[in-house]
Amino acid sequence: MENYISIAYLISSVCFIYGLKMLSHPKTARNGNMIASIGMLIAILVTVATPTAAGESILNIKMISLAMIIGSIIGAFFAIKVQMTQMPQLVAIFNGFGGGASAFVAASEFLKLENGSISFLVISIILSLLIGTLTFTGSFIAFGKLQGLITTKPVTFLGQQFLNAILALGMLVAVYMIPATDYNLLYIVVIFSALLGILLVIPIGGADMPVVISLLNSYSGIAAAMTGFVLYGAGNESAGSALIICGSLVGASGMILTQIMCKGMNRSLVNVIFGAVGGEVSGGSENEGKQLNIKSYSTEEAAMIFDAAEKIIVVPGYGLAVAQAQHAIREVAEFLEGKGKNVLYAIHPVAGRMPGHMNVLLAEANISYEQLKDLDEINPEFEDCDVALVLGANDVVNPAARSDKGSPIYGMPILNVDKAKTVMVNKRSMNAGFAGIQNELFGYDNTIMIFGDAKDMLNKLLSDLKDL
Amino acid sequence: MDVTIITIFVLAIFVGFEIITKVPPTLHTPLMSGSNAVSGIAIIGALLSTVVDGQVGMWFGFIAVIFAMVNVVGGFLVTDRMLKMFKRK
Repeated sequence: MENYISIAYLISSVCFIYGLKMLSHPKTARNGNMIASIGMLIAILVTVATPTAAGESILNIKMISLAMIIGSIIGAFFAIKVQMTQMPQLVAIFNGFGGGASAFVAASEFLKLENGSISFLVISIILSLLIGTLTFTGSFIAFGKLQGLITTKPVTFLGQQFLNAILALGMLVAVYMIPATDYNLLYIVVIFSALLGILLVIPIGGADMPVVISLLNSYSGIAAAMTGFVLYGAGNESAGSALIICGSLVGASGMILTQIMCKGMNRSLVNVIFGAVGGEVSGGSENEGKQLNIKSYSTEEAAMIFDAAEKIIVVPGYGLAVAQAQHAIREVAEFLEGKGKNVLYAIHPVAGRMPGHMNVLLAEANISYEQLKDLDEINPEFEDCDVALVLGANDVVNPAARSDKGSPIYGMPILNVDKAKTVMVNKRSMNAGFAGIQNELFGYDNTIMIFGDAKDMLNKLLSDLKDL
Repeated sequence: MDVTIITIFVLAIFVGFEIITKVPPTLHTPLMSGSNAVSGIAIIGALLSTVVDGQVGMWFGFIAVIFAMVNVVGGFLVTDRMLKMFKRK
């Protein structure tokens, strides 16, 4: 019997690996997700249908059915209701639930501990509780920030790093002492890691949230893997292996996304977590106070430039999504394509509020995924591009990142829109971007500004194009 | 300390890195919500941990099942919702 169970868990693990592999192309991705969910179904059914390894009583079906129904309703409600702009919050809160689930499993196993339990099990329980709890509280703070319930500005106070260090140190001491002395020290680990989760996320500014969500995503996977070690130590070898395999996959995935986000902002992970930037503006830039010579155009004049153009690259920023202008840009693009023009979209890695967020927002507006190009693909294309249309993006097109060593964003990879023949920038006003930096691009000779709300501007542009 | 399980852990991390690096930036959000659903595999542990004599441990398991199920159902559903939107002309 044990062998059949192990094989069933193996099949479910293979489903997860294969399902994630199919996510490497938009054509196969949906089926991949389906296969992964079948893997989960197999894992759940096997667990419910078999008595536990130690020969204890079979699971309390009534109770777990109730729990599963409650969880399914909550999950389905969120999944169906959420708007695509709110996706980062949703992922943040789901990360929290994942970490929380792992922590509660570990807590339950902790209560089963008897004095003199093997240290492998004790250590696994400690780690699972620690990472799970930290993910749980950290994710809820991240959710609060993204949802606007907590200020998006970095919250810092005197001695914050000191407090974090004390908490981490206190936890390490407790962890070191637990296996030899008193298991009740685990309560301290739980309290400290809960606090640490809050304190590590609260000083992080809004602009850095993509990194934090990716990192918490990774933690939720690692927490699941640690819970796998707990189950393994408690005698459920096959179930434990399944958790370890799946948890590692998620942990690796989150790590890769964290790296990509850090690279997109030219920041190190340490700098994001402990730097608390995104609120303060560092000085010393050579361009500070320099007067920009700005040319403001009407949509009519812009329409004439578009009429003469052949290759157009749209650079959407988060401002586009805030203005709910995705459908408006698609209509403009379709009209231009109808005139035989080539329209592409340049997506910066940190264009949205989480990895790949902008792509989802554009896909929602029925824009073909084949037109969405990432940074490395699109940058050579600006050289022979007639019009680069920048919509609600700012820092990701700031040439200072390439040349101005004094700029806070120096070294960040940017979209080279300034290489295009004409750069059209739509903004609400001349306010500085997310990082609080003035953009010299707006004063370039080949740059023209069109002020106004993105949606209104695009609608006007479309009617002007039709009138030509 | 069992080396076999550590081996599985390390190899799984390598497999994860290998597969995930191939996912294009376009699909990073669905990847995240999908992998979120996969981390709901903690549900297995949650189900097993409801088997306790002591009341408190059982209720911890109960809460864990709810949490993991939110992850599983919500994660897979929302990923499907997003992937449905990815079309080409």
